Amino acid sequence: MAQNSPAPVNTTQVIVGWIWVGIPLTWGVIVTLQNAAKLFQ
Amino acid sequence: MAAFLDRSHSIAGPGFSRWLVPPAALCIHLCIGQAYAFSVFNKPMAQLLCAAQNACPPATVKAISTTPGDWAITDLGWIFSLAIVFLGLSAAVFGRWVERVGPRRAMFTAAVLFCAGLLVAGFGVSIHNLPIVFLGYGVIGGCGLGIGYISPVSTLIKWFPDRPGLATGTAIMGFGGGALIGAPLAVALMKHYSSPTSNGVAPTMMTMAVIYFIYMIVGSMLVRLPAPGWRPAGYTPPTVEAAAARMMTTRSLAMTEAIKTPQFWFLWVVLFVNVTAGIGVLGQASLMIQEMFGVTVAAAAGFVGLLSLFNMGGRIFWASTSDRLGRKRTYMIFFALGAVLYALTPTFGHMHAIVLFILGYGIILSMYGGGFATIPAYLRDMFGTQQVGAIHGVLLTAWSAAGVAGPALVNYIRQSQLDHGVAKADAYSVVIYIMAGLLVVGFISNLMVKPVTEEHFANATLAEAAG
Repeated sequence: MAQNSPAPVNTTQVIVGWIWVGIPLTWGVIVTLQNAAKLFQ
Repeated sequence: MAAFLDRSHSIAGPGFSRWLVPPAALCIHLCIGQAYAFSVFNKPMAQLLCAAQNACPPATVKAISTTPGDWAITDLGWIFSLAIVFLGLSAAVFGRWVERVGPRRAMFTAAVLFCAGLLVAGFGVSIHNLPIVFLGYGVIGGCGLGIGYISPVSTLIKWFPDRPGLATGTAIMGFGGGALIGAPLAVALMKHYSSPTSNGVAPTMMTMAVIYFIYMIVGSMLVRLPAPGWRPAGYTPPTVEAAAARMMTTRSLAMTEAIKTPQFWFLWVVLFVNVTAGIGVLGQASLMIQEMFGVTVAAAAGFVGLLSLFNMGGRIFWASTSDRLGRKRTYMIFFALGAVLYALTPTFGHMHAIVLFILGYGIILSMYGGGFATIPAYLRDMFGTQQVGAIHGVLLTAWSAAGVAGPALVNYIRQSQLDHGVAKADAYSVVIYIMAGLLVVGFISNLMVKPVTEEHFANATLAEAAG
């Protein structure tokens, strides 16, 4: 069966891709949690 | 550029990791998910003229604006509704086109439409013309939402035949997460652009269009299709018997044939009910917790944010769980547990048990998100992978219908209760009990879903031969 990776997989590309989407998402989650904390103050 | 967008140019080469496809999909969904946060613009848009005259009422006053000509909040609510209607319509109309041209051109088109929509809306705000805002965000942006929403789905299913729920759940989680980014980003930009005679809505929309365009284009550059015949290392497709035991087909139905099956329409009802019930809570959440528990407006906004987190988390949790449990069982849990929790939350309110109330609604919202994220994998199980994007596109009309019917139903029931002298806090209870009943309808519809019969596959083969 055809396989896609006779060459080594480019892990750096994958890490950079996840950081690119991870930074704004993490920022959004932190801001949301900070706002949610007001519920219990 | 045109050639770069071709399907043939987006076939993965050697060394490409399939784990780069979910971030590519997230680039699109995290941006278009901004739609969930559009309400952050409602109050500033209702104060454009009073802001220009530096004459807006203080926050302690109930009226949003007393300046003649300022837009009413009820009219502004139509922007989001229009966007959701055009999301469903464009996903249904362009589903087969998305399958044909591949994910890169589809994502690129979504970026152009969604960001052009924001730019046009920003222009409409700057000249205070509401129909232009409707056209911009509602129609043009809504088409970008629909094409963007479905564009990575079938690609992810092809890359992850072993874990389709996890893969599509990751992308659709991004749509839930988009609100978490879109709301604070819009607030920060409006603060940056505000002046004594402007609240900065128009430049905020235009700046967001530029930022989102860059993000979405990166997604369209990253995405790849697997080479024909590719399969993950170590993965063996299930045998026909093993697949049948999990209610999965090993063949594919065309979209035109799939929509003739009762299974498709049972799943349409499943999604419609799931969305209507979820919207019933989301739309009322802020007011509900204020009136039931007497919390401040800021704390209520925190509650809504917390629900968004559950909505986002539920998308990846439930969709990946469905890979192990099976789709039908997962939806059984949504509807059974959902109905029980809906029925219990008014009691939590009467007990003044705020933690139980928050937890109950958090779980309900996790299942609302889970319903969205698990449906592509359910469709793949029923109808195969070949046109799952197009079939998913047509199914999203259920979302459009629920987006209009859900809030209308909730507002009508609540208003009718108030008109009959029911106390504000108790009026929510009736809405919630009706939503619980609606979930029972969803449970029955899901129960009716059985594997597609041979007759439909035979028809599809005949149609292909004739075509």
